[in-house]
Amino acid sequence: MAGNAWRSTIFNLLERYGLWIGDKGKTNEVSRVMGAMRSQTPQPRNFTRGMQTVTLIPGDGIGPEISSAVVKIFEAAKAPIQWEERNVTAIKGPGGKWMIPPEAKESMDRCKIGLKGPLKTPIAAGHPSMNLLLRKTFDLYANVRPCVSIEGYKTPYTDVNLVTIRENTEGEYSGIEHLIVDGVVQSIKLITEDASRRIAEYAFEYARNNNRNSVTAVHKANIMRMSDGLFLRKCREVAENFKDIKFTEMYLDTVCLNMVQDPSKFDVLVMPNLYGDILSDLCAGLIGGLGVTPSGNIGANGVAIFESVHGTAPDIAGLDLANPTALLLSAVMMLRHMGLHGYAQKIESACFDTIRDKKVLTGDLGGNSKCSDFTSEICRRVIDMD
Amino acid sequence: MMAAALGRNLVTLVKGAGAPLWQPACARALSLTACRNVPEAPPARADSTFKVTMVPGDGVGPELMTAVKEVFKAGDVPVEFEEFHLSEVQHMDSEAKLDEVLASMKTNRVAMKGKIHTPMEFKGELASFEMKLRRKLDLFANVVHVKSLPGYSTRHNNLDMVVIREQTEGEYSSLEHESVPGVIECLKIITRVKSRRIAKFAFDYATKNGRSKVTAVHKANIMKLGDGLFLQSCAEIAELYPKIKYENIIIDNCCMQLVQNPYQFDVLVMPNLYGNIIDNLAAGLVGGAGVVPGESYSGEYAVFETGARHPFAQAVGRNIANPTAMLLSAANMLRHLNLEYHANMVSEAVKRVIKQGKVRTKDLGGYAATDEFVAAVVSKLRFRPGH
Repeated sequence: MAGNAWRSTIFNLLERYGLWIGDKGKTNEVSRVMGAMRSQTPQPRNFTRGMQTVTLIPGDGIGPEISSAVVKIFEAAKAPIQWEERNVTAIKGPGGKWMIPPEAKESMDRCKIGLKGPLKTPIAAGHPSMNLLLRKTFDLYANVRPCVSIEGYKTPYTDVNLVTIRENTEGEYSGIEHLIVDGVVQSIKLITEDASRRIAEYAFEYARNNNRNSVTAVHKANIMRMSDGLFLRKCREVAENFKDIKFTEMYLDTVCLNMVQDPSKFDVLVMPNLYGDILSDLCAGLIGGLGVTPSGNIGANGVAIFESVHGTAPDIAGLDLANPTALLLSAVMMLRHMGLHGYAQKIESACFDTIRDKKVLTGDLGGNSKCSDFTSEICRRVIDMD
Repeated sequence: MMAAALGRNLVTLVKGAGAPLWQPACARALSLTACRNVPEAPPARADSTFKVTMVPGDGVGPELMTAVKEVFKAGDVPVEFEEFHLSEVQHMDSEAKLDEVLASMKTNRVAMKGKIHTPMEFKGELASFEMKLRRKLDLFANVVHVKSLPGYSTRHNNLDMVVIREQTEGEYSSLEHESVPGVIECLKIITRVKSRRIAKFAFDYATKNGRSKVTAVHKANIMKLGDGLFLQSCAEIAELYPKIKYENIIIDNCCMQLVQNPYQFDVLVMPNLYGNIIDNLAAGLVGGAGVVPGESYSGEYAVFETGARHPFAQAVGRNIANPTAMLLSAANMLRHLNLEYHANMVSEAVKRVIKQGKVRTKDLGGYAATDEFVAAVVSKLRFRPGH
């Protein structure tokens, strides 16, 4: 934790005296962050001359634009990915249950890997949000968000390098609520032993696979003594099996307090649903918002969906103004998850170089270029690298 | 009762003749004319003192309280403390002790409190002492005024916002049970009565303090009924205050906005757990737990404490805690007691020390110990505001 701060200080000093080529160090740092998701045995997938198929859900609003940007950049990098585009809208299945269209589900079941743009949740449409539905359909239990400061995109925080891992299936989002009498509502937060153990195991495995040193469990067990107590107990038990990773536990409020003062103290954070929701957005804020934060959802049976977590931005949809960075970095996370590290590295550094040079940037990053210009600039850099 | 006491103060003051006098109305004029560069004689003593309940709590609480007592003594502040040691971790957790504190609170109505540490281990009792105190005194509103300290620069400067938190229900209801082994249900209770009460408190606070906007923080997109009820209550109350702008924001977005552009917020009102998060986050923006004062109110009682409540146990006895938050909180308490002069004296002295930047505790990047900081504050006490 403190080691990180020390290291960056030393790097800075070396750089100042010309003893260190900054770029090299930086790329190492960055690739460390969005590393492989899990070192499990590769799931059987469809191979067509080395090509792997990925389900692409372009999404709504700016979704189609940024998805096509990602597809273009992947083509430029000659990544061995072939896309299977599927649209998802909630449909009512037999028995009145909301479900995603069978062809999308079938594609996901076959490919196991998906990339998803933003989906709109119509207010009062009567069905649950599509994100929630996808989460339930594929049992996406872990949400992983690496937050790394992006060089060249200035925020008040410079040394952010952490990963939030959030339990995604239960907790406050169990959706069990009822009106007891008029004016009194009871919402139930559900914490189970199995889900707590599963997320703790995932967090430690992630830390080990990505050369991270410590895992911090974020909880509020001083107030919710039984429920968060159970979560914490499971984390402690799992920590016993991962002696090489340092385990610490912290109260949610302490984490928030320290996070805005010195984010470099943190490494991997694991937590229940609501805290994860709040902290992952807070950390995204530290590095510049949801427009530059990648996200991955890991499910049971080897399913994984990578997504950009920003909104659909209907006001700029179709105007070629959107910023594809979040979806692109999510796609990079996906490549690493599939073991295609070379391509991931290439695309990632092209993207970060473009942002660092500040010549071609979209409006939200402080430039005035179009989405298509930004995309072709990244493509150019990718091709130049060969 | 307070007005009467103050009245008596004034009478004593007027009667006392000879030495440079202090009168609240013309404090500034006097300080400019009568006593330039001359060490002032202390203001004439009030013949009555205020009794205040003091619960130092755990961790560095007692050290912070010592700082307050020292400064009060040096400043001749007419406040007398009734001290109670209450702790869950130092074998002092008897119900009888709690009742003593409550009895004292009921007569004094004003208290200063450190954080009573809540052990994590579950021993059959779900509610902590902190929560019991809050519930028994019905301290429903927690107010944290997050304000940047002039002279101490952080990533976000010139911040000024108020976080108002409901702290008697929500997630802190201590209703939990194990439905089957390995599955725990934790209940979060939101009621219309309490939601409306805190909303009204927030709008009243905004009106009284000349603030222009109240933002409700919620997660009604997920907890449609619970947080929905809170949001609806806020919207209903907002209609009664047409001069104050009303907005709402989802908690995760609020946290993100706070680190990116905190200046957009004025008064924030929220349920219990979100308040805990935002209090700490906002305190972190201006310098940490050591510098932000806070207070809790019920209909009758007022408790003054630090804004971000942590026992900070790892600093016990090391003389490194930052007493700024507790001293500012003590100044707020004096203001609450209508001791305006003493309140300004204490808060100005603290702010002056911070602004000069020579004596700072470790958490603000300085090297001074707690007692050195307190000594610096004491030495600044005689400077009057505006002098």
